[in-house]
Amino acid sequence: MEKVRARSTDQMRPLEKTGPRPIHKFLSFLVFLAGGIGLPAPMVLAEDAAGAHDLFKKCAVCHEIGTNARNKVGPHLNGLDGRTAGTVDRYKYSRAVKKAGGGGLRWNAETLTEYLRKPRAFLKGTRMSFAGMKDPDQLAELVAWLIGFSADGKAGSMANSDKTELLGASASALEGDPEYGEYIAGECVTCHQISGKEDGIPSITGWPKENFIHALVEYKNKLRANPVMQTVTSRLGDEEMAALAAYFATLKHK
Amino acid sequence: MKLNRRHFLSATGAGVATLAMPSLGLGQAKPKVVVIGGGAGGATAARYIAKDSKGKIAVTLIEASKRYYTCFFSNLYLGGFRDYASIGHGYDTLAADHGVNVVHDWATGIDAGAKKIMLASGASVSYDRLVLSPGIDMKYDSVPGYSAEAQGRMPHAWKSGTQVQQLRSQVENMREGGTFVMVPPPNPFRCPPGPYERISMIAHILKQKNPSAKIIVVDPKPKFSKQALFQEGWEAHYPDMIEWLGPDIHGGIKNVNPDTMEIETDLETFKADAASVVPAQKAGSIAMAAGVTDGDWAPIVPASMQAKGDPNIYVLGDASIAAAMPKSGFSANSQAKVAANAIRGELTGSKVFPARFSNTCWSLIATDDGVKVGANYGAGSEKIEVVDKFISKTGEDEAVRKATYEESEGWYKGITTDMFG
Ligand SMILES: Cc1cc2nc3c(=O)[nH]c(=O)nc-3n(C[C@H](O)[C@H](O)[C@H](O)COP(=O)(O)OP(=O)(O)OC[C@H]3O[C@@H](n4cnc5c(N)ncnc54)[C@H](O)[C@@H]3O)c2cc1C
Repeated sequence: MEKVRARSTDQMRPLEKTGPRPIHKFLSFLVFLAGGIGLPAPMVLAEDAAGAHDLFKKCAVCHEIGTNARNKVGPHLNGLDGRTAGTVDRYKYSRAVKKAGGGGLRWNAETLTEYLRKPRAFLKGTRMSFAGMKDPDQLAELVAWLIGFSADGKAGSMANSDKTELLGASASALEGDPEYGEYIAGECVTCHQISGKEDGIPSITGWPKENFIHALVEYKNKLRANPVMQTVTSRLGDEEMAALAAYFATLKHK
Repeated sequence: MKLNRRHFLSATGAGVATLAMPSLGLGQAKPKVVVIGGGAGGATAARYIAKDSKGKIAVTLIEASKRYYTCFFSNLYLGGFRDYASIGHGYDTLAADHGVNVVHDWATGIDAGAKKIMLASGASVSYDRLVLSPGIDMKYDSVPGYSAEAQGRMPHAWKSGTQVQQLRSQVENMREGGTFVMVPPPNPFRCPPGPYERISMIAHILKQKNPSAKIIVVDPKPKFSKQALFQEGWEAHYPDMIEWLGPDIHGGIKNVNPDTMEIETDLETFKADAASVVPAQKAGSIAMAAGVTDGDWAPIVPASMQAKGDPNIYVLGDASIAAAMPKSGFSANSQAKVAANAIRGELTGSKVFPARFSNTCWSLIATDDGVKVGANYGAGSEKIEVVDKFISKTGEDEAVRKATYEESEGWYKGITTDMFG
């Protein structure tokens, strides 16, 4: 347990978003750990994963994770890292979670840790009936394990936020032309109401630029499932994404 | 200082030619755009030109009806998923919020040389740019025996309105175990998946109210939109109820008789208890009157939706030849924004961006079983061309289909808000 604690503390540090890492921090740390205590790596991996997996049993009442995970009472948890809150396809979120996502909340090691520590305090109005996880070590262990799952449900893969951050970086660096954005937005507002109202299609009004681009990049790279959005984003270049993000960021919910 | 017209004249004098509004005569305060047809294409165009020009362009919308009942989701009304009032929309917001001058009248003719429109009321309206989005007219004689008079007995119900309500009551009043016959139109026509969604929705009603009834589809086409998806859905939800016959099976439609309710084909004569016959189609008559059609439809310049024959006229929606784009409300709405951008650029010098079009058609097969097909498009030099496309898959799980249906409801709210404000 000593060793696990040490690793957990490491996980608590905010992730640096500088570029892709060849493997997830979690895995590399395990390898380091394994070396440190002189055990063959696979054993530690198995043991540790079992620990996190045990912790996950609390969540598994409502959530699935891994290959073929589906939405149950709660949304599936694949590809959690870097995902905007409230955006799993075909899951009906509470207004609170949708609103938080619209306001820019994205899941990563930090935000998930905060959330799972005391869900209702972090996100008032969430429907998730989980009181919270007090033990910081267990919490860190669980979070590290959760965010290791890629969008297609592979455990221990490179964090999605790293991938899409990198992909979206070139668009985010541009100063978008809101006039161009308003024109291209013609394609969006046939479905997404400009007022921010939702009737079966999520609001995209008033999102922070970075989140907006992030979501587009995820669709373009098919990390999100909806084929309409995959098609819409397929021809958006950096300039178009930056322009759209600039335009939608200027709008207010009515 | 506010310039009145006299000031304006003396202040500009010979400098007029340098104005960014080349088509403007001095006699006009503002450039005038007139839109004929307040449907998916026309309402959107009027709204976008008025909204985005911020008062610099005077927009008049000429629409015959006071209330527009969408064809989209009229099938959901047939299936009992919507009430009729929920698919009706008015023009008040276009007038109040965007300053569109809405005129409820019927345009009878166009003098393209004089840039003038004649109205049924006897009035006339002049324009600098004209947008035509009149939708479709029926070619009744494309189905032997069918006519405008036959519509009451065998409604096409392809222009929404009272025919859709008639059709629903005819289906509901069929005798027990009776036969409903659907004759879909030949290509090209408004809403390619529409006839098949209609069949699904009628099957849905019959399954509840008249489960031993049968549906026979006498199709002039050998294949149809989303065929695999529809046929899979029919098997699953309405086994043994629907029989689809392509031309290689029925051998050709020889006659329909609204008095005896018979549909005669080479294979056999079907006796119907209720029927919907949708004939071939062509651009709304005002497009013909404007002289911008070639055959049944109006060819356009893909980059702007300008009529090929007349640079002052734009044609949107079903009436146009939009090549790869299907005739749908979504397409018409998308084309309207490209045209609005181009027209504003011409009349006020605003930035004109490259044309980009898109479309998605959702169809409902049964409760919570929605499917979709869609694409985006760009302007080729001659035609509108596909950039990327998708279609729902057969065998998708229930959650996906349910989400697709819910998404279609969101789209309906979205597009009608985008059209009418
Ligand atoms: C059963 C059915 C289901 C459909 N489902 C879908 C769907 O799910 N999704 C989708 O995108 N599309 C759907 N469509 C297609 C869609 O309705 C049409 O493609 C769309 O309405 C075309 O828009 P438009 O502007 O060309 O014509 P319209 O929307 O028909 O508008 C034309 C308007 O012009 C007016 N008008 C015509 N001539 C004159 C004149 N001379 N003077 C004054 N006014 C005039 C008419 O009154 C009418 O209001 C469906 C169609 C049908 C029949």
